[in-house]
Amino acid sequence: MGSEYAIEAEGLRRVYRTRTGWLRPRREMVEAVRGVDLTVRRGELFGLLGPNGAGKTTTIKMLNTLLIPTSGTARINGFDVVRDTREVRRRIGYVFGGDRGLYDRLSGLDNLRYFAELYGVPARDQKRRIAELLELVGLTGREREPVDGYSRGMRQRLHIARGLLHRPEVLFLDEPSIGVDPVAARELRQTVAGLAASGTTVLLTTHYMAEADELCDRIAVIADGRIQALGTPAELRHRADGRRVVEIEAYGVPDTAVAALRDLPGVRETALEERGALQLLTVQSDAHVDVQGDVLRELAGIRLGRVNSREPTLEDAYVAIVNAS
Amino acid sequence: MLRTLLIGTLLHAKHLSRSPFEIALALVIPLVQATLAVYLFRAGDEPHRLLEAAVGAGLMGIWSSVLTGSGGAIQRQRWHGTLEMIMLAPRHPVLMILPITAASAVTGTYSLLATLLWGRLIYRIPLDFRHPVAFLVAAVVCVVGLSMFGLLMASTFVLLRNANALANPLEYPIWLLSGMLVPIATLPSWTVPIAAVLPTTWGARALREATSGGPVWPSAGVCLAISAACLVLGALFLVSFERRARAAGTLALS
Repeated sequence: MGSEYAIEAEGLRRVYRTRTGWLRPRREMVEAVRGVDLTVRRGELFGLLGPNGAGKTTTIKMLNTLLIPTSGTARINGFDVVRDTREVRRRIGYVFGGDRGLYDRLSGLDNLRYFAELYGVPARDQKRRIAELLELVGLTGREREPVDGYSRGMRQRLHIARGLLHRPEVLFLDEPSIGVDPVAARELRQTVAGLAASGTTVLLTTHYMAEADELCDRIAVIADGRIQALGTPAELRHRADGRRVVEIEAYGVPDTAVAALRDLPGVRETALEERGALQLLTVQSDAHVDVQGDVLRELAGIRLGRVNSREPTLEDAYVAIVNAS
Repeated sequence: MLRTLLIGTLLHAKHLSRSPFEIALALVIPLVQATLAVYLFRAGDEPHRLLEAAVGAGLMGIWSSVLTGSGGAIQRQRWHGTLEMIMLAPRHPVLMILPITAASAVTGTYSLLATLLWGRLIYRIPLDFRHPVAFLVAAVVCVVGLSMFGLLMASTFVLLRNANALANPLEYPIWLLSGMLVPIATLPSWTVPIAAVLPTTWGARALREATSGGPVWPSAGVCLAISAACLVLGALFLVSFERRARAAGTLALS
């Protein structure tokens, strides 16, 4: 199959049907993905960005054959994910973030041996391939220890090694850096960039804007089950052109105050992020309107910290896109 | 393919044997089962059949292990996120699931040995097998039979998210119906056809015949034939249920 694209999705849609209760069962339908169209070129590092519940994982699971789409089609290197499941599985790797997905009471080496066997790595190559990957992810020397003694970062690196055992042409990384410390996250980004440089197509979902900005050739922002914007990081950043951002550290901002800020002349977006006791209030406005004075007046009586006015970043563009959805 | 099954079985057995919960169960349950068997047969004025009783009790242990392995283990894999990872392998699903049930049967064999050992040490049951070699062969046949039967059950557990809720109630009926402890002849006649299609019935019979005398090989042969049927049916169901699980989204917890 000589398709130009590694990943193609057309009208991909997924509905979950749930049933609760036995005597009086209540059935519910949740439309997690509502028609996703995307193409990823061979060797491209493509980011899928979106808030929790936006449909990122469901989209990845339809592309990697774990879920059958309710409607629409998807192909990996030209193979249909529903009809040619085994052909697709031979060509893909799947890595997800968090603590799950490994046999905790086995060593890292046993985990890799088992999955190498399952994923069809020829017996004569397994030892060499496992050693290569342990070296790549920096676990050489720790491979005989049980996984339940591994740190979050080590588990994540083992996940990546497992996902690469059979040299997949397309790698799906579902929030691989979640809960990983900054040093481990940087190493992870280097590994992912190296894979893309060696020709592996990578589809990465992440919450972290800096990660997407640094790594991805193109990014799709998904919200409410639909692609809301698609382009290079620079193109997406332009979505926030003509805007100015005021950032305010505050303590105890009520929802009513945030709502009042939205009604101020020139204000386009507001976002409130909890950082422990501290709150970070971000106000996006038209660049030609100076809203800082009005904003501070609205927040009168609330304990404030640092106030900063700056140019918009990719994250601000992302917030604007998601809020507009 | 055999290599994949073997490595999978060994690694799953290794994983199971390192669970503190499984180890605690493996220490206590055989003792309870040996005691149960001894008092049951003493009360029934059949002390000459104590060894047979201990073997039956041990077989109950293997069955419990397989049931836990096919239901509980698949549910645990779902909790731990490994079910999706193994089902994503580009192989026939039997190669992913059979090692789990086979590992449960292999670790369950310990239960048979431990029950016999407790019976010997505490209740002085003589380990006087009529056909010792046939007993070993019958034990292997039982492990194979239970693995395949476990595979057949596991195929449904792949589809259902609350697999263990379905697995648990099966434990006692199969003990009874297969005649592991109580002779089938004492059960109502309507249970006979059900017992006849269970590989556990024929495996238990082969073990009993090797213990106290009788034609071991026909029973062992029937057990293997039913096991083969379980393997074929389990393989067909797995392909169908895996597809349905992907459609229903039940391979993961959420």
